[in-house]
Amino acid sequence: MKTTDNGSGDVRLSGISKTYGSFTAVHPLDLTVPQGSFFALLGASGCGKTTTLRMIAGLEEPSAGTVHLGDQDVTALPPYKRPVNTVFQSYALFPHLDIFENVAFGLRRRGIKSVKKQVEDMLELVQLGEQARKKPHQLSGGQQQRVAVARALINHPKVLLLDEPLGALDLKLRRQMQLELKRIQTEVGITFVHVTHDQEEAMTMADTVAVMNAGRVEQLGSPADLYENPQTTFVANFLGTSNLIEAEVDTKSGDDIVLKAGGGKLVLPEARCSAPTTAGGKVLVGVRPEKISLVHADAAGEIPENRNRITGRIAHSSFIGVSTQYVIDSQVCPEFEVYAQNIERDARLVPGADVVLHWSPAHTFGLDAAQDIDAGIQEEAAV
Amino acid sequence: MATLTEAPPPLAPTAAEKKPPRKRGRWTPYWLLLPGLLWLLVFFALPMIYQASTSVQTGSLEEGYKVTWHFATYWDALSEYWPQFLRSVLYAASATVLCLVLGYPLAYLIAFRAGRWRNLIMILVIAPFFTSFLIRTLAWKTILADSGPVVGVLNTLHVLDVTSWLGWTAGDRVLATPLAVVCGLTYNFLPFMVLPLYTSLERIDGRLHEAAGDLYARPITTFRKVTFPLSMPGVVSGTLLTFIPAAGDYVNAELLGSTDTRMIGNVIQTQFLRVLDYPTAAALSFILMAAILFMVTFYIRRSGTEDLV
Repeated sequence: MKTTDNGSGDVRLSGISKTYGSFTAVHPLDLTVPQGSFFALLGASGCGKTTTLRMIAGLEEPSAGTVHLGDQDVTALPPYKRPVNTVFQSYALFPHLDIFENVAFGLRRRGIKSVKKQVEDMLELVQLGEQARKKPHQLSGGQQQRVAVARALINHPKVLLLDEPLGALDLKLRRQMQLELKRIQTEVGITFVHVTHDQEEAMTMADTVAVMNAGRVEQLGSPADLYENPQTTFVANFLGTSNLIEAEVDTKSGDDIVLKAGGGKLVLPEARCSAPTTAGGKVLVGVRPEKISLVHADAAGEIPENRNRITGRIAHSSFIGVSTQYVIDSQVCPEFEVYAQNIERDARLVPGADVVLHWSPAHTFGLDAAQDIDAGIQEEAAV
Repeated sequence: MATLTEAPPPLAPTAAEKKPPRKRGRWTPYWLLLPGLLWLLVFFALPMIYQASTSVQTGSLEEGYKVTWHFATYWDALSEYWPQFLRSVLYAASATVLCLVLGYPLAYLIAFRAGRWRNLIMILVIAPFFTSFLIRTLAWKTILADSGPVVGVLNTLHVLDVTSWLGWTAGDRVLATPLAVVCGLTYNFLPFMVLPLYTSLERIDGRLHEAAGDLYARPITTFRKVTFPLSMPGVVSGTLLTFIPAAGDYVNAELLGSTDTRMIGNVIQTQFLRVLDYPTAAALSFILMAAILFMVTFYIRRSGTEDLV
């Protein structure tokens, strides 16, 4: 396998942007994808993630900025001169060529004569050795997808670009292919840049996720980091679900900020607040639904001392097997979501019951209140 | 267990269940086919049979013709008119190649590059059909006239010296030469080439071009390895739609050619309408039909587009 020197295989986008007339698809963007990493660009459709990918591939010309692959500035290179390969959204397999020739296409174009061994090995890697002489239309969606991956990987690109490669597959197959792609990436060690609108897919597969919204990267980090420490309301809502509460800064005590919300008090570690905190200022306080414990109002005395607590009433509950999802009406936040593991179910927790929600202050995060509190919610629902 | 697995006895099938699907529904496709079949019978099958019988008749206009199974007419017709047959194939093939060379870039342009001009260009391609075939061919007579601008320019550029040396034109003239006939055929059948080519090019997924480029194919290689092979159905149907009518055409040779450029269509027309030698004319028609059928079959086999169409 052709490997590059350490650190020289990074994909570096510097000030790259794309405008169509008056519409800006991608705002000036700086991004470095470390060599060998599995990097996901996550966002709703129209957020500029595919455009960014196509600029790396050379299929789209950036309006400004440069693309570097390692030390090489490839901004002006046409796609056929870039050491980069793409797995297209609908695979774009050549319908007139059989699987073998589809996979051999890149090798032949580079004038490599003896392709048989390489193609067979690659088809073996994606478990399609038996299908070599079939035409693409004779294969199932999942098999075509694997051919598309094999066709790109066989060229040992510096970077493999994947444009929503699993979008056309059904849920079960998608799960299977996610693991498969992850396995292949680990095996070949090539940098993968994966574009997807599916947050679960991005979190399952990628080492690093960049969440994009309206042509900008909102936040970049490991999946766990993004989930636990969202920096914007968009990330908080787009990745999983967040309960966001408008609160007012009251005092600071040590490393914590004490906030007032709907008559009660909430504690937020200062380190977990991305917004400026001045006394009397507004902050959005967030907490993930699964971090919250739910007790009936009658049992409120059992709650430990130093927990954040909110009172409310159960509006809906839905039993989904491993957990029960509650929607709580509360003064501080309408439609507060709580996911409770089904370990010991309290029979009193039915719609209409008065309850107390409590969680550890360490699971609380703070966001700038100047943002749209609902950003990222609609987009996900539309997918 | 036995009692549980035993299904209740099936109910006696009712009359309604036993009946096959209703008769009217079963015959509907045939009724729908009937008008077309009748049309074909009256205007295709019967004339063909009539012509077939004519081709094996002997006799004269005065005494009338009788079926005598005189197959020698075929041999006589072929041995007398083989130069015209050959010329027809040659002219039609030249016109087909010219149509392909002219039509492919045009179809490519319309399919991939025309953008909002696409519809306008399509209309321009079809526009000639709004005037009669005859009028358009007569117009070419004016265009290629001895004192016309085309001949003037070609003469000045000494192109005619070359084409005359090749035997395509004669002296200072373009009209009444093979070149004029092939030009007329090319012009008249060009839309039949462009339309199927456009259809098959337009069907090609643009992402295949991107994929080829992504896999190190230069634009010219992408064309050679992806675009052209995928447009083969259009190439085959376009060449057939051009070659077949061109091989049987007589209008272009009649109006733009001379006695030295007569095609088999002209011979058949003369035999039928002037010489009134019906058996020979009918035999020539059948030979032409058989020849075209043979060539077309061979061509389709060779081009191997069965699994592309």
